[in-house]
Amino acid sequence: MIIGLDVGGTHTDVVLLAKDGIRKAVKVPTNSADLFHTVLTGITAVTAGIDPASLRRIVLSTTLATNAIAQGCIPNVGMIVSSGPGIDPEYFRTHRNYTAVRGCIDHRGREIEPIDPEQVRQAAQCFLEQGITHLGIVGKFSVRNPAHEIAIQKALPPGFERIFLGHRVSGSLNFPRRIATTYLNAAVFPIHYAFFNAVRQSLAERGICVPIHIMKPDGGTMLLDASVDQPAQTILSGPAASVMGSLAFAFDEEDAIILDIGGTTTDIAVLVNLAPILNPSGITVGSYKTLIRSMESHSLALGGDSAISIAQGRLQIGPERKGFALAFGGPYPTPTDALCILGKIKTGNTDRAVEGFQPIAKALGCGIEDAAKQVLDTLCRTVVQEANELLRRINEKPVYTIHEILEGYRVHPKKILLLGGPAPYLASRIERFSEGMQVGVVPRWDVANAIGAALARTTTEVVLFADTQQGIAMAPEESWQEKVDRQFDKDKAIEHATALLRQKAVRLGAVPEDLETEVIEEYQFNMVRGFYTTGRNIRVRVQIKPGLIAASDAIVGMLSQE
Amino acid sequence: MYQAKRRTGLVFFPAFDWAINPTHPEREERLLYTQDQVFEEGIFDIEGIEEFKPDLVTVKDVQRVHFCVPDVWGVTTESHFISAGGAKTIGMAVMDKRVERGFALVRPPGHHAMRVVHGARGFCNINIEAIMIEYLRKAYGIRKVAIVDTDCHHGDGTQDIYWHDPDTLFISLHQDGRTLYPGSGFTNEIGGPTASGYTLNYPLPPNTSDEGFLYAIEQVVLPVLKEFEPELIVNSAGQDNHFSDPITNMNFTAQGYARLTELLQADIAVLEGGYSIEGALPYLNVGIILAMAGLDYSKVTEPNYNPMALRQKPEIMTWIQRIGDQVLTNWKNRNQLSEMARGDKRFEERSRTLFYDTDSLVEDQKETLRICPDCPGAWKIETECQKTQRALAIHVPVHACSDCRNLAMDWFEQGARQDFDAVFLQDRPQDRFVVKRRGAA
Repeated sequence: MIIGLDVGGTHTDVVLLAKDGIRKAVKVPTNSADLFHTVLTGITAVTAGIDPASLRRIVLSTTLATNAIAQGCIPNVGMIVSSGPGIDPEYFRTHRNYTAVRGCIDHRGREIEPIDPEQVRQAAQCFLEQGITHLGIVGKFSVRNPAHEIAIQKALPPGFERIFLGHRVSGSLNFPRRIATTYLNAAVFPIHYAFFNAVRQSLAERGICVPIHIMKPDGGTMLLDASVDQPAQTILSGPAASVMGSLAFAFDEEDAIILDIGGTTTDIAVLVNLAPILNPSGITVGSYKTLIRSMESHSLALGGDSAISIAQGRLQIGPERKGFALAFGGPYPTPTDALCILGKIKTGNTDRAVEGFQPIAKALGCGIEDAAKQVLDTLCRTVVQEANELLRRINEKPVYTIHEILEGYRVHPKKILLLGGPAPYLASRIERFSEGMQVGVVPRWDVANAIGAALARTTTEVVLFADTQQGIAMAPEESWQEKVDRQFDKDKAIEHATALLRQKAVRLGAVPEDLETEVIEEYQFNMVRGFYTTGRNIRVRVQIKPGLIAASDAIVGMLSQE
Repeated sequence: MYQAKRRTGLVFFPAFDWAINPTHPEREERLLYTQDQVFEEGIFDIEGIEEFKPDLVTVKDVQRVHFCVPDVWGVTTESHFISAGGAKTIGMAVMDKRVERGFALVRPPGHHAMRVVHGARGFCNINIEAIMIEYLRKAYGIRKVAIVDTDCHHGDGTQDIYWHDPDTLFISLHQDGRTLYPGSGFTNEIGGPTASGYTLNYPLPPNTSDEGFLYAIEQVVLPVLKEFEPELIVNSAGQDNHFSDPITNMNFTAQGYARLTELLQADIAVLEGGYSIEGALPYLNVGIILAMAGLDYSKVTEPNYNPMALRQKPEIMTWIQRIGDQVLTNWKNRNQLSEMARGDKRFEERSRTLFYDTDSLVEDQKETLRICPDCPGAWKIETECQKTQRALAIHVPVHACSDCRNLAMDWFEQGARQDFDAVFLQDRPQDRFVVKRRGAA
């Protein structure tokens, strides 16, 4: 059996999946000040009366790192960067303890200027004097040659507990994002480490000793142990869990918009060919643009529990959630109250909702029921508008070859898959605003996110770069480097990259039957100097396609019949 | 968050699947390292810098500028449509005020492509700046445009296209034509009799450094631009004046290009040449983008930058100043020069032979311009090329008077009865392009 757990802004959803479907599903309120307790309560509730030996894996999707960053409660870490010519690295300063040092590597990985070990030592000494023991080291073009990052690490005096190197973060070019990502890794490490150690220990005390996976924002998972090296990879995985949950029920290969309408936010993502569209650069967390692989999604501060107000005679929903709906004991009227008023939700205290809607109806000059309808219309219209905006952005992404421009695939979804608490009550209204798109509610819409976490497969990618003039091929994230001869070409690069990818995926927790690899970038350029070809410049990127684990088929089949 | 002082739009189209031939300077690899540098610097993440996806231009967009023989498809590839489309996309983004300035980093380039096109000259088939400008004129109703061509090679194609157009000020700074392709662009080339002085050429001696270039911009180009008062300034931003460029002999640097960009304040820059693909382009392009966006470019230097080695000799500066004085004199005397060129002639004829170096074609042209007192004048070109067809090209300027328009229509009718394979009418007031082919009904 598998446990899937997703920490949401309002509720934490937990499911226990067996071969014959959902054995148990629970919702516990999220206490964002004590996520550890929330997670443990959820797991305890869902495993009550279950033999721990029957569990095969646990997948957690948490907001831990996100919360830590949002609340600014991150420990003091140090950053050493080396840039060479270009934009002054001072503009990428992450925080106070940030030092730029000499040294320069160019776009082909050639050393232009060496680093100065003495300068590094001085900077490091200064950090140590401030009690800093966690460090990030990032060089420009380190993904083309990590030598300087390694040299800086070697030049450090003893005393640092944990060091994160930029080239291990991602194989993609983007110095500022590499700085931000490395910084976040160093910064969230202690809190991440402590949290998951506590979870693991508590589970072990309950006799649960199974592989624990953590959800990533690209819709895949990685083993808890592996996440310790890249804790920032676990940031903002909530939307990914819900998309993977809807994927379980998206049987045909038609493009689809996924809308997860929660209490606090609505997350929008897009499926193409049974996989989420990924963001080509990386996720943005607060003010940090990172290299962390993620789905192309948009999070809207609008949900069932968003507070409703009237601003200059106009209806306004959100962006804040000030608590539960009135009908459920909250302080402000919300769209959930509107659903109570219209009789869609019967569990709440409708009288409180009606009372709370009176001033709104008055301001809008209509009856209570009309006001409730207007609230839901506004919510649904906004959500659909934002979804269309996301589609437009995806379709406007620049491409760099003639082939891509002329044959570029345009995403054109004909259906919307809805999930989240209020999903079934809003489907017809969403359809009304969505111009011909068919709207379907995902079966088990209430816990589809937790199902998604449970069934997501391990994903990862490998970037391989080769330069046959210099006679090198490398995958810096993997610390892999090999000498190559003139015969090395794109096909061989893909072969090597795929082998590395498989090893990496297994290390991160994948089982062999889930290793669906694909090439997502393949370039080969002849390098010509004078009038002679001096070598080939090859760039290859391969990934494990985001998707569901092979074992999911039977479970999903059962779920759909329920 | 790093933020641009001026909202700047970029189109980046390195055409990774197009080359003139595998070892040609204009090949797939050309913008590869620029892309690496731009990506690694995180340029597209800077707040206020926006990347646009290039639209393709239409055949009609091309025909607003060129007479393509035998037709547009015969002398272009998809890459040209996207490259010109990239310029057009940026032009529209600027005109629509989505951005304040824009830079199209595209290939293939275009500034050697003339009015009539039988093939490729200097790696260029169609003139991407002119196609953009004429589209913007049509779509946004702008009239006065200045083009400053800072490519190391004379912008002879752009010069040819605007030779008779006083609404377009064309200034080309380039390595002296006696020492470099295409061998033209001297100070006596000032435009046709109805537009004298609106073409200005500033040939610079080999080994001109930052000092000389910036002198030319500050002391000559900027005052002329100020007086002309264009509605739009376009920079044909060739980057082959760089000291490491393999096919030229100049000593310009990344810092110099960035400063030039800052001084010029062009609304739109369109990439032209530049073939030092590793040692210069990555740094030049980053410098230019930062300068356009109003950002600090002080740390953008090429790896082997040595200002002392690039110091300009005093005699070169003297030469540059002397040429600059001639250029300014041409500009100041443009009305007299025009009167002299017009004299009391009703028509001006010129015959010339043009060489398409990239495609090894020779073209013979005979041009007839009506010297009109009321408008820039209608003109026609009889063109013949060894490989392709014999054609008659007739042009009616955007602001043509009715006499010129009627004359052009007569030429078109007569041409259809003469011995041409094709007769083209570029009727700009009506924004149409009409073709009559031999044997066609």
